[in-house]
Amino acid sequence: MNKGQKIFQYVFLTIVSLLSVFPLYYMFCGATNKSTDVVAGKLIPGGYVAENFKALLANQDLARAMWNSFRNAVILTALALLVCSIAGYGFEIYHDKGKDVVMTLLLTAMMIPFAAIMIPLFKMFSTLKMVNSMAAFMLPTISTPFLIMLFRQSARSFPHDIIEAARLDGLSETGIFFRMFFPTMRSTYAAAMTITFMNAWNNYLWPKVILQTDSSITMPMLVANLLGGYTVDYGMLMLGVLICTLPTAIVFFCLQKSFAEGITGAVK
Amino acid sequence: MSGPNKKGMSLEKKHNVTGWVFLIPATALICWMSFYPMIKAFIMSMQTGIGINLTFGGAANYLRILKDPTFKQCLFNTFFYLIIQVPVMLVLALALASMLNNKHLRFKGLFRTAIFLPCATSLVSYAMIFRSMFANDGFINTVLRGFGMNPIMWFANAWTARAVIIIALIWRWTGYNMVFYLSGLQNIEYSVYEAAKIDGASPVQSFFKITVPLLKPTILLTTIMSTNGTLQLFDESLNLTNGGPGKSTMTLSHYIYNTSFVQSPNFGYAAAMSIIVLIMVAILAVIQMKVGDER
Repeated sequence: MNKGQKIFQYVFLTIVSLLSVFPLYYMFCGATNKSTDVVAGKLIPGGYVAENFKALLANQDLARAMWNSFRNAVILTALALLVCSIAGYGFEIYHDKGKDVVMTLLLTAMMIPFAAIMIPLFKMFSTLKMVNSMAAFMLPTISTPFLIMLFRQSARSFPHDIIEAARLDGLSETGIFFRMFFPTMRSTYAAAMTITFMNAWNNYLWPKVILQTDSSITMPMLVANLLGGYTVDYGMLMLGVLICTLPTAIVFFCLQKSFAEGITGAVK
Repeated sequence: MSGPNKKGMSLEKKHNVTGWVFLIPATALICWMSFYPMIKAFIMSMQTGIGINLTFGGAANYLRILKDPTFKQCLFNTFFYLIIQVPVMLVLALALASMLNNKHLRFKGLFRTAIFLPCATSLVSYAMIFRSMFANDGFINTVLRGFGMNPIMWFANAWTARAVIIIALIWRWTGYNMVFYLSGLQNIEYSVYEAAKIDGASPVQSFFKITVPLLKPTILLTTIMSTNGTLQLFDESLNLTNGGPGKSTMTLSHYIYNTSFVQSPNFGYAAAMSIIVLIMVAILAVIQMKVGDER
């Protein structure tokens, strides 16, 4: 690579990085400034965050939305990881013709757009008297073909010798999964956790349909509600956006390294 | 599976049964939460009526789609986003990934983190950020005025509103796809690139002769995922532009949602539209897999 190409590369990457970060910086500045300053394009963090926070608390039930979102996302992630990883492991380790056919069938479910099944799901849950329940929010996304595929791919790299050795030592099949597979596949679990937690936290369409009472509100719904008024308080809005973004950003930063490793293991 | 008792089962059979037990919960959930509602949606698409008073209408809903100008508008919008956004985003993601795969690049971690960062924001959140940045009295127009240019009413014009949606989508999803490419690139031996370099291949040449062919499975995966995602676009249409001006930025999912849950719900008609979306997603996925298989 000659010098010109090298310089171009750094310039290009720097510009893309700045463009990627800028809207987030804008959000941060907005959250700490007065609405009028946000509109005026002030790009220096201000000292108005306490006032914005007070306005947000007066306007919306922030604590409840936070709690609901956390509870839903954490329980959903735990269930999804358990159900999908054991299935992915089962599909790979005990694979035979029958199971391969089932796997192919499940993969076709990836193509079903959520908008297509949303109405029947809503009707089903209302017949079951489960509208506004946490279970109705979670059930459709606990088992996803994508996660099953991710775990199946990573189970491919799990050495069969370990399984045989564990069997000889008298470990049960379930024991092998929990004591051998689970601890060794940490990075796959981290990647799956990051993706599932983010999807659960960010999900908007389904909760908007199935969670209709004020008490079951989630963070993305709360943020959308901030636009409801006649005039928009941009400072308050940006603070809401910031608070809604923090948990997924933290999860991402903590698991960033294992996330990349886990995906690498899966696309091999 | 009629083993007389547990002891009588051969080891292989026992493992086979264990395998089925392991995958039953996930399989049952997908059948209950995806396939069953899909069949229900198909039945519902044959029914007409408002709210819960549905009667059998045969293909009436499907015929109505053909004559519905709003459906055509939303179909156009959705495909417009698809045709512009998916290729631009994937090419950009691939270019960034191959730059970041360079061993001698400095500040690699910093660039990677910065470019992936947008993925940490929720869909509603980033829609709000772009909405306020592009608002009539928002940041972008303030900057334009600062340069002595006329402010642009981004959300008042169909094309500029669509442009904002596409810019926002590219911003949010490029880093996500880049991670998949970066992971795929790690499986390519770096020595291949060094050998090509010794043979006098330019970076552009090795990109097209080495990176693209070897990354084909990953490119296929990301293409299918983004096509699927764009055809199901909802949050951005609702929160960024609310479908406006008029219905010029509304997506199919947004229209289906409005038909089902806003004003007078017409589940049958909404179900028929969603079956059309399903068919489109399936056809595109099959085409992409066919193209991806050719070598």
